[in-house]
Amino acid sequence: MIHAYQLGGYNIVLDVCSGAVHVVDEVSYAIITHFEDVPRETLLAALQDAHASDPSFRIEELEACYDEVLALKEAGQLFTPDTFAPIAGDLKRRTAGVVKALCLHVAHTCNLNCAYCFASQGKYHGERAVMSYDVGKQALDFLVNNSGTRRHLEVDFFGGEPLMNFQVVKDLVAYARTLEPKYNKEFRFTLTTNGVLIDDDVIDFCNREMSNVVLSLDGRKEIHDRYRVDYAGNGSWEKIVPKFQKLVQARGGKNYYMRGTFTHANPDFLNDIQTMLDLGFTELSMEPVVCAENSPDRLTEEDFPILCAQYEQLAALMIRRRREGRPFTFYHYMIDLNGGPCIYKRISGCGSGTEYMAVTPTGELYPCHQFVGEERFKLGDIYTGVTNTAVQNEFAACNVYAHPECRDCWARLYCSGGCAANAYHATGTVTGVYRYGCELFKKRMECAIMVAVDEQLSENGDD
Amino acid sequence: MTHIKTINTRNLCESAKKGGCGECQTSCQSACKTSCGIANQKCENKNAK
Repeated sequence: MIHAYQLGGYNIVLDVCSGAVHVVDEVSYAIITHFEDVPRETLLAALQDAHASDPSFRIEELEACYDEVLALKEAGQLFTPDTFAPIAGDLKRRTAGVVKALCLHVAHTCNLNCAYCFASQGKYHGERAVMSYDVGKQALDFLVNNSGTRRHLEVDFFGGEPLMNFQVVKDLVAYARTLEPKYNKEFRFTLTTNGVLIDDDVIDFCNREMSNVVLSLDGRKEIHDRYRVDYAGNGSWEKIVPKFQKLVQARGGKNYYMRGTFTHANPDFLNDIQTMLDLGFTELSMEPVVCAENSPDRLTEEDFPILCAQYEQLAALMIRRRREGRPFTFYHYMIDLNGGPCIYKRISGCGSGTEYMAVTPTGELYPCHQFVGEERFKLGDIYTGVTNTAVQNEFAACNVYAHPECRDCWARLYCSGGCAANAYHATGTVTGVYRYGCELFKKRMECAIMVAVDEQLSENGDD
Repeated sequence: MTHIKTINTRNLCESAKKGGCGECQTSCQSACKTSCGIANQKCENKNAK
């Protein structure tokens, strides 16, 4: 299977199953897009007739080009058949019972009252609560004890607002560091914060201990303050932006993301990205809102073409700024064509419910942070482990080939079937497809690959 | 090739032979938390490339 598209002045052809990416001229593009449906002689004659006045479509050129396409097919770089279905689920079977990442909900409470919060202001449809040190310590022990030979372990301090339980975060990191030499593990910590409680102590700690910090900022002040307000209704932008700037400046190149959400209120989210850039931030992530079907914040069909145009303009902005020596990163456009994930990872998906779980303040286990509070999905707890094997098996079986609608999609090995929570909330099953998110994902991938193509051709002096 | 430029990419069919160590990051962990993909993850297996 191939996917051919035109973007940014390039004709791009993806060979889905080998992962090959080709930049082709108009003649090749015309041949490749009809290659599988029309016999050689018929196709070349039709193209010659259709482009009679164009010298690049002379029969000699067409013949030579067709031979190039054939050579790539024989080399396994075009029209590669999908032979991966039999190994789907293999990685999960191989690593069954291995947990490598936990999302620790250290605070089911928040000092902001954001209307669009998927976690219902941090409470996840439950009571306000904070995680005790003892629960967190047990969670880390659970992780180490269930990680098998896996060396890299990931822990995300999440909420609500994790800095509302900062002392426990610090104590848990200190405890985890004592486990590393003992069990030959390496913890990578992430903290996701709204910024309200950032001070010098937080900055020093995060920059010393956190592999990554995720800083919630929606971009323009009026957009951010529309949703991200305190309980008195005051916007938080003025308060948090200087704190984020100070933290990032002190970070010394370590990973961080400014992470914004866009909604029906700002489908023109590129303006928010521009605001982030103007504020001096260069590691950026803007996410489509996840919310109930009847929410006024929900992205609409009318928003969709606007979003697609914004993604294209974002790609153009990235290319322009890279050429000007002012590059920035957009999380969803990070794609390493040479060193990206192997086929097992691409088939097996995000790992929710198997190698990745969320832990509530009282130690309950859920498949991921987005399922917390949905009783049916409770997997067990950190004391007795996973007891709801029926639900865990649903997630273990949730590879890309388990989604019937993904089987013929060109993007299946880039998204791996997508987010299980989004699929469940949109269709009632984790093997469904959240159609809107899926279409946005495909647009992002086309843009991401085009940006990567442009960069590689520039490095080779071919642009 | 005069009509087609092939970009350097990781061959997915080859990765079936050496891949699957599982050391890579859990996809949703790093930034998005709501709309994960796989393609933007890094491979942690230094022996696979």
